[in-house]
Amino acid sequence: MDFIAKYLPYLLAGISVGGQYALIAIGYTMVYGILRLINFAHADIFMVAGFIMVYASASMPIYLSIPLVIVLTVVLGFVVERVAYKPLRSAPRMSVMISAIGVSYLLQNTAWYVTGGLAKVYPTIPWISDTVTFMGCTTKRVTFITPVLTILLVVILVLLIKYTKIGIAMRAVSKDFETSQLMGIKINTVISMTFIIGSFLAAVGSLLYFSNYATVTPTIGAMPGLKAFVAAVFGGIGSIPGAVIGAFIIGICENFIKAAGLTTFSDAFTFALLIVVLIVKPNGIFGESTSEKV
Amino acid sequence: MKRIIALALACLMVLACFAGCGSKKADDVIYIGIYEPASGDNGAGGKQETLGIQYANTLVNTVTLGGKEYKIELVEVDNQSSTDKAISAASQLVSKGCSIVLGSYGSGVSIAAADTFANAKIPAIGCSCTNPAVTDGNEYYYRICYLDPFQGTVLANYAFEEKGETAYVLAQLGDDYSVGLATSFQSAYEALGGKVVYETFPEGTSDFTAYITSAKNAGADVMFAPTSTTSASLIISQAASNGAEYALMAGDTWESSVILDAAKGTNLDVSVSTFFDENDDTAAGKEFVTGFKAWLNANPDKLTNNGGNDIVAAVSALGFDGYMTAVEAIKAADSADSQAVADALGGVVYTGVTGEIKFDEIGDAVRNLAYIKTVDTVNGAFVFGKIQTIAD
Repeated sequence: MDFIAKYLPYLLAGISVGGQYALIAIGYTMVYGILRLINFAHADIFMVAGFIMVYASASMPIYLSIPLVIVLTVVLGFVVERVAYKPLRSAPRMSVMISAIGVSYLLQNTAWYVTGGLAKVYPTIPWISDTVTFMGCTTKRVTFITPVLTILLVVILVLLIKYTKIGIAMRAVSKDFETSQLMGIKINTVISMTFIIGSFLAAVGSLLYFSNYATVTPTIGAMPGLKAFVAAVFGGIGSIPGAVIGAFIIGICENFIKAAGLTTFSDAFTFALLIVVLIVKPNGIFGESTSEKV
Repeated sequence: MKRIIALALACLMVLACFAGCGSKKADDVIYIGIYEPASGDNGAGGKQETLGIQYANTLVNTVTLGGKEYKIELVEVDNQSSTDKAISAASQLVSKGCSIVLGSYGSGVSIAAADTFANAKIPAIGCSCTNPAVTDGNEYYYRICYLDPFQGTVLANYAFEEKGETAYVLAQLGDDYSVGLATSFQSAYEALGGKVVYETFPEGTSDFTAYITSAKNAGADVMFAPTSTTSASLIISQAASNGAEYALMAGDTWESSVILDAAKGTNLDVSVSTFFDENDDTAAGKEFVTGFKAWLNANPDKLTNNGGNDIVAAVSALGFDGYMTAVEAIKAADSADSQAVADALGGVVYTGVTGEIKFDEIGDAVRNLAYIKTVDTVNGAFVFGKIQTIAD
């Protein structure tokens, strides 16, 4: 019992933060699967979702601001793709990547300008921010909601990709971009849909993440974004289940490394782990070349 | 066509970079630079310190040198709480031709810019930067607040006497202020016979649950976390939601309304050390507090910069005293020349709202007491705890 009381909080924190990384990581992995693009702006879309919530909740009740955050974030993801990536469809991949970095800085600096660069306190969402006690350890309810919601959303997403028309189109595009275009798949719709799904999950991720860690700053997206990206690579970039499992592993690992008293090195260990995995299995855990990639 | 547009845009950008450089100095104006963060982790505190300086400027905005009246103008730059932006912000003040510079909140940026000011022979007064390295070995940098070894010892004494014998110390990696104060606290606390567990977190951390749990598992009576207010609000809210039973303590940065907002409605025991108490009953202190509050309430944008309320932060008082000390130095030098001001500054003795300011040979003000305040978590306010001095 004493052992549980001592280590359970680390495990809970790890699972919860892992779920939040997972929601961001799916956005990275899906875009990569289809466009072979590392969407650096994704972490900043996550950050902007946080700020939208801060401002929205100041002027309207919470049950209106949550859907608004999700809608606006999705619109932002869609607009970013249309403005910054679509005109570069036939350009070399490196140009698109640089465009992504540009968007990332643009969003960060806009947020910096709008907020004055000061940290904003995230509003308390009732019920999920309540404190609960579980086996002698106190935490917020969001800690338990995150993994459940993450897995639920992932299952829905996987079903969507397996059985719906747009899902089949996505799989086709990720297998072969040109051929599927020749077969009559509307490539722009598919790509927009990918960004919409990715941004939706980032918005949900930001709601959960900031309910736990209630401070939003213009650079807050950087660390979770980086870790989610690592999770996506770790699980095999392009694979959704891989990204989710990678995210949970990273979340739990970093918390247990801190538990072992190696706080200074917790990030270093996380990234060292990535290097080791990539040396042993260059495609990541689920990243076999034959696996489906969306 | 496209190529021409691209070229034209590129030229415009280059031009825009040069546009800021062509400032000319007016004859009868003295510039005092404000080198403070207005954004980033320490932005909230930097803004409060700037407010104290601006308020002082509204009271005294002229100085008579050699029979001629000069107007004092403030030049503000934002060092963004970041050591890699510090030097370019400082250079901006240098090129503007400031006679003296005030700041910064946060020791790291002050240390980073110290050489820039020294090379330009412009004196600087640190209002609230407590790390010894700011003034050490730099004859142009002065300081009007107490130092970390003193603050750390004061806090260690208080923690050991009032809270218990095991402390969990948490500092931010790479932050000179945070690590410096944490180390001072640790050595003083251990010298008293206490047990210390020391851990650090990297910049940009927002998940502090693991640290809060580790402190609990270490059997800590008190967690000492001298961090920026951004990290502090995360630490406090997560400590509350994880049911931390130990006391939380920190240095001067935590004396901020950000902390009050985070701690309000929780059952945490939070205490901080600081330079000045709002309920100070000296005549100068009272006058400053009433005047400053009235000024804040009359200017809505200033009130926003103070965090939306009229609670007087200690750094505002220090900013006020810093400005007044600078004016004294300019008067004593009887010149707007920065080298002359630097020569005169060391000899200035000034009694401000935070007490007497007199510099020692390193350039630090001699300070021997600190105020301990605790947070009233029901009303969200700081309550005066005690005046702590070190018996030596």
